[in-house]
Amino acid sequence: MSESVEEYLEAIYAYNERGELAKNQDLAERLRVSPPSVTQMIKKLSDEGLVTYEPYRGVMLTGRGMARAQVIVRKHRLLERFLHDGLGMGKEKVHDEACRMEHAISDEAAAALCESLNRPKTCPDDGKTIPSCTVAAGDCSRCKEARENAGGVRRLLTQLSHLRPGEAGVVAFVRETGSASRRIMDMGLTPGTRVRVVNAAPFQGPVEVSVRDTSLALGRELAEKVYVEIENSESGHLHPHGARRLAVRQK
Amino acid sequence: MSCHTDSVKTRRVGEAQLTLALAGNANVGKSVIFNQLTGLHQHVGNWPGKTVKRAEGTLVYGGYTVDVVDLPGIYSLSTFSLEERVSREYIAVEHPDAIINVVDASALERNLFFTTQLLELEPHLIVALNQVDTAEKRGIRVDAARLSDLLGVPVVPTTATKNEGLQELMAEAVKMHEANREASRPLPFGPEIERIIRGVLEGAEGLDTPYPRRWVAIKLLGGDEEIEALAYSQAPSLRERVAEARARVEEIHGHDAASVIASERYAQASRVAAEATEQVKFRGSLWKRVEEATSHPILGYAVMIAVIVGMFYTIFTFGDYASRALGAAFDMLRAAFYSALGRGAVQDFVWNGLIEGVIAGTSIALPYIVPFFLVLSLLEDSGYLARVAFLMDSLMHRIGLHGKGFIPMMLGFGCNVPACLGCSIMETERERLICAFVSSLVPCAARSIVIMGLVATYLGFGWAVALYAIDFVLIFVLGRIAFKALPGETVGLIMEMPGYKRPTVKVTTQRTWFRLRDFVFEAFPIMVAGNLVIYAANAVGLLGLVQVALSPVTVWWLGLPAATGVVLIFGVLRKELTLILLASIMGTTNFALILTPAQMFVFAFVVMIYIPCIATIAVLAKEFGRRTAALISLTEVSLAVVLGGVVYRVLLLIGVG
Repeated sequence: MSESVEEYLEAIYAYNERGELAKNQDLAERLRVSPPSVTQMIKKLSDEGLVTYEPYRGVMLTGRGMARAQVIVRKHRLLERFLHDGLGMGKEKVHDEACRMEHAISDEAAAALCESLNRPKTCPDDGKTIPSCTVAAGDCSRCKEARENAGGVRRLLTQLSHLRPGEAGVVAFVRETGSASRRIMDMGLTPGTRVRVVNAAPFQGPVEVSVRDTSLALGRELAEKVYVEIENSESGHLHPHGARRLAVRQK
Repeated sequence: MSCHTDSVKTRRVGEAQLTLALAGNANVGKSVIFNQLTGLHQHVGNWPGKTVKRAEGTLVYGGYTVDVVDLPGIYSLSTFSLEERVSREYIAVEHPDAIINVVDASALERNLFFTTQLLELEPHLIVALNQVDTAEKRGIRVDAARLSDLLGVPVVPTTATKNEGLQELMAEAVKMHEANREASRPLPFGPEIERIIRGVLEGAEGLDTPYPRRWVAIKLLGGDEEIEALAYSQAPSLRERVAEARARVEEIHGHDAASVIASERYAQASRVAAEATEQVKFRGSLWKRVEEATSHPILGYAVMIAVIVGMFYTIFTFGDYASRALGAAFDMLRAAFYSALGRGAVQDFVWNGLIEGVIAGTSIALPYIVPFFLVLSLLEDSGYLARVAFLMDSLMHRIGLHGKGFIPMMLGFGCNVPACLGCSIMETERERLICAFVSSLVPCAARSIVIMGLVATYLGFGWAVALYAIDFVLIFVLGRIAFKALPGETVGLIMEMPGYKRPTVKVTTQRTWFRLRDFVFEAFPIMVAGNLVIYAANAVGLLGLVQVALSPVTVWWLGLPAATGVVLIFGVLRKELTLILLASIMGTTNFALILTPAQMFVFAFVVMIYIPCIATIAVLAKEFGRRTAALISLTEVSLAVVLGGVVYRVLLLIGVG
């Protein structure tokens, strides 16, 4: 993934996490590029199935885009924490510094950073949530082990709550062992199961998913525990109805 | 029915006894089978010490008196919910003669996941392959004979809503009993897991539990707290063995043991389902689209609002009409009563003390509660209520409940009694309590009569809406406080969204009756008895004293006429009585002559929240204990008094006389 794709995904993520679509104009200003080049890049990202674009309204990450953006935003915010907490840099300086470092740091190092910073939840400069990691581990105590088991294979993982209506994935694992995860699996969301998001209720509401030929309502907090692998067989294009059906993920 | 009467009956007609239990997922038609089998010969109680409903019924078949227990609809036999705990204990400890596992043919895989767990308890299992008609419509045909071979248990195809296959089901149960067949065997897992389970089993030789040892071993591996406590207290060394076994599972499969076991079970279910399903045609996509549209983030809400508004409009229009007709009928009855028996203290006692209570119950039940529950049952049977729960989830989360909690609250608009009982659909005690508490604040039909009759009639519809709005805000705030105050973890929503079905007359009327039964048996007697007590208190002049004692609150603080003190006492019985009584004490039904607009509003406000009615208090006491019921009542009384005075003063300030 090229650096500039990462920059775009990161910028779009910043808007989407507030429940807004990213407008071309805003992206142009934020990334200090010309509007025509934004348009061109959005086209490219859209062709790769990373975002959907609605004329005059803006850009939104797909589940696939989210899976990628999540990794880079996480690195960025962890680095900010490190620069601030570990190195004592001022809050106003950490953002730009982290922007330059985030593309160079490996997933391995990011995980180590998370451990050494005592698993921070938010970044220092604006208190935003650090996106959760996608290491295939039930909880943090198994982080290292899980990374070793993965043998450096990078799978494109994200939470089920990040998939948009019409998108599908395969359950990779359920984070957090305990009664919540057991319930999720009892209802059929076991590792290796294909799951498709049908509807997502607004206001952080539940998602309706189709799994094992039945329809299931899953509260947002539970959907956030279920990690799915984005299907690679899928071409860059989304299902034509899926993309249109819910271009706006409302908060 | 107690064992004693059973045995007497058995001897008399020379019948033998058979106990069957119905088990299965929610929404598979399990209760329909239960109702078809037992008709009205059933009684509903609670499982000992639990707020879980236990429905039991009897029928006579093939020379047997058959006792049928309807176990709660569940998806697993873990200890996640009270229902699951109750079910597995019942199956293992009470050993019914046969378990009928009701399975939805149109969602075979998910249903068989539960079947595989039932098999592990090694009961005498019969599978009722239900909803075969719906499945066929969706292009799914299940081969019952093949399914029977694969599971190693008898399989009977049924369409419970049309009463098809139930005779065969009973015949199979009797046959199973008479042939003295061996218990069902569990399906095997994959070879590695089987080896690991055997390893755990070796260490569990001497364990004394009511459960099969293999099941115990699997539960230990999966980390079931209850079974762990049971097993490790007897064999502490087992803990280490299990830990090792779990580590092995994780090593081999890369996931923790609980998720590996769930995966293995689903693999079994999926394999059996695939082999037993003959053909899958293209499923009609129209219904699928309607299903998806009704949980859509924009369209779904529009439909929901239309449905709810339409429902209330219809019910209150009908109720208004019906209660007028009923009122006229009772007036005629009253006139006939007095003209036949003459006037006198005894006649007054009979009429006011006894008959009035019955009339009151009827005049609220028939016009409002019956249609309300009928419509709600229709919505439930069609599968729509699950969509409402889905759409309301995020709002309900603010008061610590998930979307399903909205269903009892909707019942509350009819009557709070079935609403509080309906809170058992929530998974944990804590959520049941929060849910019952907020449901007791929902304006029931009786309260709506007061609001409509007083505020909407004299002040305008807008003021009535304002009153409802205040109530909803209160529910929200109090629910939030309760949610923060009660310790415990919030449980997220996880619920199957059933496909839409055409409701059948029989099933819907039965469901309506079962809800109404709560009202008739729980609320009605208390209303009649309460009516009697208060009538007696009035006769000896106790109420006059109460009125004087209450007047600082009613007159000074709330700004109401002194007579409202007595009226509010009566209102504890049934809230709509407050309006009728006020009219009779003041000697007019034109409330504009006796109350200022501000007084009307304050009065309706106080009536709306000042206490759950006596029947609701009784149900709360039964479900959650007397202390909790008293606490809820006290909270609501003080809230009504404090806020009522505030509302009165605010109204005066803004110039509403």
